[in-house]
Amino acid sequence: MSARPLALSSRIPARVAHAGLLWPSLGVILAFMVAPIAIMLTYSFLVPGAYGGVEWTFSTAAYEQILFERDFLDDSLTFTPDYLIIVARSLLQATVATLLCLVISVPTAYYIATRPDRVKNIWLFLITIPYWVNLLIRTIALLFVLRDDGPINSALIDVGVIGQPLALSYNGFAISLGLIYSFLPFMVLPLYSAFERFDFRLLEAAYDLYASRRVAFFRIVLPVMRPGLIAGSLLVFIPSVGSYLAPDILGGGKTLMIGNLIGTQFQAARNWPFGAALSMILLTITLIVLFWLARRAAQQQMN
Amino acid sequence: MQRAIKHPDPRPRAESNIVPMAGSDPVRHPNSVAAEVRNLRKTYNAGTPHAHEALKDVDLSIRANEFFTLLGPSGCGKTTLLRILGGFEMLTSGTCRIFGEDVSRLPPEARPVNTVFQQYALFPHMTVRRNIAFGLEMLGKPRAEVESTVERMLDLVHMTDYADRRPDTMSGGQRQRVALARALAPQPKLLLLDEPLSALDLKLRQKMRLELKSLQRETGITFIFVTHDQEEALAMSDRVAVISNGHLQQVGTPEDIYEQPQSRFVADFIGESNLIEAKVAGVTGGEASLDIEGFGKVHAPVAERVEDGQKVWLSIRPERLVLGSGDGQERAKVTDRTYLGNAVEYHLHVGEHALTARSPRGGLRGRQDFAPGDVVSVGFEPGSIKVLLS
Repeated sequence: MSARPLALSSRIPARVAHAGLLWPSLGVILAFMVAPIAIMLTYSFLVPGAYGGVEWTFSTAAYEQILFERDFLDDSLTFTPDYLIIVARSLLQATVATLLCLVISVPTAYYIATRPDRVKNIWLFLITIPYWVNLLIRTIALLFVLRDDGPINSALIDVGVIGQPLALSYNGFAISLGLIYSFLPFMVLPLYSAFERFDFRLLEAAYDLYASRRVAFFRIVLPVMRPGLIAGSLLVFIPSVGSYLAPDILGGGKTLMIGNLIGTQFQAARNWPFGAALSMILLTITLIVLFWLARRAAQQQMN
Repeated sequence: MQRAIKHPDPRPRAESNIVPMAGSDPVRHPNSVAAEVRNLRKTYNAGTPHAHEALKDVDLSIRANEFFTLLGPSGCGKTTLLRILGGFEMLTSGTCRIFGEDVSRLPPEARPVNTVFQQYALFPHMTVRRNIAFGLEMLGKPRAEVESTVERMLDLVHMTDYADRRPDTMSGGQRQRVALARALAPQPKLLLLDEPLSALDLKLRQKMRLELKSLQRETGITFIFVTHDQEEALAMSDRVAVISNGHLQQVGTPEDIYEQPQSRFVADFIGESNLIEAKVAGVTGGEASLDIEGFGKVHAPVAERVEDGQKVWLSIRPERLVLGSGDGQERAKVTDRTYLGNAVEYHLHVGEHALTARSPRGGLRGRQDFAPGDVVSVGFEPGSIKVLLS
């Protein structure tokens, strides 16, 4: 469906006039996204200043630092996996969060999409309610729930299921939980709209052609819903990889993720080029994931 | 792909659904019963204020090798009946048998039946070839057999050139053919067709009618076809069941249904009909004398018992009215004349009654033509009056 373009002025050709409608948002993106990334890219090739900031000397030291440790005395480089582990942990946490969000969201989205319109809207409204509260407050609230003297542990101890409080907070588990909780709606909503567009007669056709429930789900439902699954996964994965709040608060700063590492470099460590280099790595990871998905989608189209 | 034949759920399974059409099976055996429903009822939302009886006590027997059509206006229950046969709806009470086997409680995947859906429901992420192969793969057929069957089906529906295209790049007629091939590939015992022609334009629809019919003859599979288009039903079917308001009105050959309607609904729904109220004014032998108010008496055979003074309906097809002038019997007035190309239609007033007469190429080659305002005589061709009690 294409709406007929509105004629803004009789003298300006419609195409030019309508391109003008884009300029405000293009301006914002240029000023606040492209420019900062350019600055970060530049900084990542400079030398850190003594009290933060940068000195304008070209250096690849920031990138070397990710993989190698420079010896104080003889300036030699030795391999160290410390930062790689943090990057790997971030990727793992984000992948786990994305997969769990998928598993939780598919039935939820299916349920909502198959309700009558009125009920549907109530559910969608409920799904978005947490977004009325600031993420920081919600994350801290989650910490209170998980703490050693929080309601979960106290209840379990009172009932006598456990003697010692379970280590629910300040670890990878808490971070995962925080990520899932924060980004779940980003998965539910695209899946919901994919289910809503899904033609359920395709399922009848599959059963009619002797497919079992399980086979129909994997061979018909999932492939047809692919765009929704990819959109939801990206919306969860990308902010999860770089997430700052959940690991900081729920991980207690002990289990670092790349977002926290970057944050530290710009604050306490005062190593802006290193922080900038890590940011570039994060950006590259994101872009690789995006390009990989885009290429797979293109290949799907070709077949 | 033999996943589908390992049925993980404990639901009852028909032995026969795995290998439809074995050597000496009843499918090609004429006179055996392909599908049979007895005392079939379907109530939606039973027990709630929104309860709706879609089918009320339907009995129907469909023979093997038949092109059978369920005909009726939208909402009459014909699609519900088809969906019950396909297993997409559960019947509320009664039984449903396919080639003698009670399938009332079987899910669609356990029935030896395939369906051509109204909007085709082709799998959008699969090529034509993969679509057609799907059912065969689900049955766990060996790869070589799947491939050869798919080629045969592509050939059957003239879609070989499109085998590697996707459904969304094809026209309605092409999709229709793919849907047919996909449903025929597993060689079902029954092929259900849910208004498959309704999405096509007129020319294509007429062409597909012929193709469907010859496809049915070639494959020997029993076709059950749902439509609201009476012309389609008459043109293609061996037998037609007319359904209205959840009731089976009449079952018969197209000729039966058209020439011998048994109710006002059928007379009116199939083709066009003049329906006139009349009173019985005496019966002699099998023939009744019938008094039409404002017109006079006519005679027509009656099959059932009627009594003097009983109110009945007369059905007369427009093409069987004979108009004339100059015999002193002129009692009808022409109110309108419509030129239809191959015929001329006259709208008449006879007393209180409005009638329609149709004359092939009226006014040409010696036939009399009439203009609005003319006063004419009206006669009925012998045997053209059907007496209807309901």
